[in-house]
Amino acid sequence: MSYPPNLKYTKDHEWIQMDDAQSLIGITQYAQEALGDVVFVDLPEVGSTFKSGGVFGTVESVKTVSDLFSPIDLEVTEVNAELKDHPEWVNEDPYGKAWMIKVKPLSSGTDLMSAAEYEKLIASESH
Amino acid sequence: MNELKRTPLYEIHRSLNAKLVDFGGWEMPIQYPSGIIAEHLAVRTGVGLFDVSHMGEFNVKGKGAYEFIDGIVPSNLAKIANNQAMYSALLNEKGTFIDDLLIYRYSQDHFLLVVNASNIEKDFLWLTSQLKSNDVELTNISSETGLLAIQGPKTVEILSPVIKHDLKQIPYYHFLPTQLAGVDILLSRTGYTGEDGFEIYCPSSSCEDLWTYLSNLSPIVKPAGLGARNTLRLEARMSLYGHEIDDSTNPFEAGLKWIIDMDKPQFMGKQALVEIASKPLSSKLVGFKTLEKRDIPRDGMIIYSSDGPVGRVTSAGPSPTTKENIGLAYVPLLLSSIGSRLEIDIRGRRAPIELVKVPFYQRKRS
Repeated sequence: MSYPPNLKYTKDHEWIQMDDAQSLIGITQYAQEALGDVVFVDLPEVGSTFKSGGVFGTVESVKTVSDLFSPIDLEVTEVNAELKDHPEWVNEDPYGKAWMIKVKPLSSGTDLMSAAEYEKLIASESH
Repeated sequence: MNELKRTPLYEIHRSLNAKLVDFGGWEMPIQYPSGIIAEHLAVRTGVGLFDVSHMGEFNVKGKGAYEFIDGIVPSNLAKIANNQAMYSALLNEKGTFIDDLLIYRYSQDHFLLVVNASNIEKDFLWLTSQLKSNDVELTNISSETGLLAIQGPKTVEILSPVIKHDLKQIPYYHFLPTQLAGVDILLSRTGYTGEDGFEIYCPSSSCEDLWTYLSNLSPIVKPAGLGARNTLRLEARMSLYGHEIDDSTNPFEAGLKWIIDMDKPQFMGKQALVEIASKPLSSKLVGFKTLEKRDIPRDGMIIYSSDGPVGRVTSAGPSPTTKENIGLAYVPLLLSSIGSRLEIDIRGRRAPIELVKVPFYQRKRS
């Protein structure tokens, strides 16, 4: 499944697994394919807060670099430290091993998309 | 926008699920599903197969062919014999680059020039404007000429059984007209990867057949895209037009003094180069690496000394072979010694760099 139905998606190609206590955030299959081989993921400090749309990190591939945007207002409670040694996980398992940050939601995501809506968006973008 | 041009292998790239991008007006495979790193390492350890049919080819024929080319390029054309090739450049009157190119010598009155895809029209018009006699026939054969590059340490092992000539007869920068799978080709021991390998010039109409034939010779032959071609040539410190060299850079600062023969009575740009050579260079192309894994340099970033901005990055990125973050940059001559520490602006953040010896990667010669 390229776009798991239990996740919400953003136009910036992040996914979020919403949970009031602790949500998980990463980038989508589409994003990792567009980036190509990921070589570095720069993640924030635990405890830092970001507004919806704020840049919480960057992901670097062989070809290019892309910012990571907060899907909601959030506070970072944990970062995936293993990505430091295994940036390739972003390509291999973007919804699993390559989760990027765990967060405490400080807002509900109003403009988040369902998997079906997101698939429609990327179908229109790839034309 | 103009419609993108396609090589004869476009349908093959699509069938291989390549990621196709606009590369200087050409719709080219930047990578296949295996990814740039895997393709890069395939070329460093096995065999990679590239479609570079977008490159331009000009035939130069006639009694005046030798004098025509020798009168233009800064290199001494007498240095190559029949069936030999040389790397050189087209310079303008300012001594800066119109393009870089390969010159193949079939004979005194027949040469092949190979130029960059994005410069084909410009180069052809310019060369045509330099024609002064009727005994030279200059023909643009780019559209009927396909070009495959088969590169990597196992290339000879793969190709030997299917080429009737002994490949030892083709040393580096030599070539032979021969056949592959019944097709007339020009087999050239050249490349843009820093590995041993060949470039295969063929009729456009045979490109698909030859690609398929070469791919089927062995499972170790992997398709490789322009993304890997770029990381490979960067590690080998080979120049790319529009990056290290363009119409604002001269061969001295680009580290290409070796292509110039200042003893030649004349060539295009000589006067300007005499002037440039009489003074200390203002800047020089150097290699550098960053010191932290997270500091990934990219093309166009600015280099700083403690006094402010001093240079610019021409090509950079993560090196799949050395696993370091490497780049090439123009910096002032006084700051260009190996081991010097400077800084690079990475999206508003300053990171230290160290100037290092180039090439970043050099193959072991057998």
